[in-house]
Amino acid sequence: MNIPADLKYTRSHEWVRAEADGTVTVGISDHAQELLGDLVFIELPDIGRALAAEQEAAVVESVKAAADVYAPIAGTVIEVNQAAVDAPELVNQDAYGAWLFRMKPAAASDLDGLLDAAAYRQIVDAA
Amino acid sequence: MKKTVLNACHRRSGARMVDFGGWEMPLHYGSQIEEHHAVRRDAGMFDVSHMCAVDVAGRDAGVFLRRLLANNVERLKVPGKALYSAMLNQAGGVIDDLIVYYLDDRSYRVVVNAGTAEKDLDWMAARRDEWQLAVDITPRREGAGALAMIAVQGPHARQKVWQVLPECRAASEALKPFFAAVVGDHFIASTGYTGEDGYEITLPAARADGLWQALAAAGVRPCGLGARDTLRLEAGMNLYGQDMDETVSPLDAGLAWTVDLVSPRDFVGKAALLARPQQVRFLGLVLLDRGVLRAHQAVHTTHGDGEITSGSFSPTMQQSIALARLPLAAAIGDTVQVAVRDKRLAARVVKPSFVRNGNILV
Repeated sequence: MNIPADLKYTRSHEWVRAEADGTVTVGISDHAQELLGDLVFIELPDIGRALAAEQEAAVVESVKAAADVYAPIAGTVIEVNQAAVDAPELVNQDAYGAWLFRMKPAAASDLDGLLDAAAYRQIVDAA
Repeated sequence: MKKTVLNACHRRSGARMVDFGGWEMPLHYGSQIEEHHAVRRDAGMFDVSHMCAVDVAGRDAGVFLRRLLANNVERLKVPGKALYSAMLNQAGGVIDDLIVYYLDDRSYRVVVNAGTAEKDLDWMAARRDEWQLAVDITPRREGAGALAMIAVQGPHARQKVWQVLPECRAASEALKPFFAAVVGDHFIASTGYTGEDGYEITLPAARADGLWQALAAAGVRPCGLGARDTLRLEAGMNLYGQDMDETVSPLDAGLAWTVDLVSPRDFVGKAALLARPQQVRFLGLVLLDRGVLRAHQAVHTTHGDGEITSGSFSPTMQQSIALARLPLAAAIGDTVQVAVRDKRLAARVVKPSFVRNGNILV
């Protein structure tokens, strides 16, 4: 299972990358895309939307099922990946390259509460 | 969980296995959408050995099935001819949908769904005993005499089957749609659940692995139940447990064409159907907005509300489609609104047969 060591994760299978400029980039993990199967529809949040931690932010749908994507931390949406909306299969092909949205965190310290790769791997292995 | 004889074979091929009605079955072997396209464009195969073939034989076999089934097996005069039918309870609800093959006046084969087989067999035995008929009911899914079933579907399915089973070519080439031929220990039927040409091959379980490998070597792509579901949805075919069940009349599930209310023949559930005519129309929906239709979403029309029973993304049409129960006044061509999460999305009402033989019909 591909779980890059330089990313943070959530129990609900989002990945989070802390960028140098203080923003964060969010996507779904390789494990999540594999569970869902072929993705066919992605709906992303409006830019400027303020999200609470664990609030529903986006929807990804495969042929089989729909799944909510949650905000990993509180913050404001500053950018969304239109390429993933136009071609949802990109997330199947490269879950860590095909990000979904970027946020400006309400508090940078919130990132500390997320899982590291080792802790996330334990969750995936136990599932 | 129960396993078919091909279970190890699926695992070797990298299948993602899921629980389907108590059976561990392949969902897909990598990409459900690619498997779907293989069946529409070339040839794919499905392990459907979890379905249960039941031999119904004996002096009263025909009398038994005429009373048991909503469709009329008297229409079967030519050996090998198949008939799709619902089996109803006294209230007119659907116990199961099935295919019955006529072999001769004392011998029929019935193929029922996987998850309903035990209840079906109990029901059949109870009716046989109640009516005191001389009929043997023999399930062929497990134990000695167990059979496996492989569905080979797609525009190139026939050619590829003949390549692998040349001895079956003559008999199967002559088959009209919805017929079966017995060739040695192979039972080859021109039936399917995809809207494409092809065969469903029933054979001794011990030989299933060899046939599967040979078909794969001939270029037939292994396909999982995921693709099977999107293919049948595009073909506008009902799925038991989703589009109808014991609480649903076949008249409300688009199955009126399979129910014989014309002949004087009596059958289980007939009185209930006559007492309670059709309540809803069972039609197709094509989503006009972006999104995916799913079972149980509410459908708002100018004539009242309805409900989606099956919905997904159509890989052939590249948009979402669904089967739905709509008010009787709803008509083909109407635009309706479907409640999807916090939105209302526009959909067009169509005949519930979206794709056949590779062609989009709506």
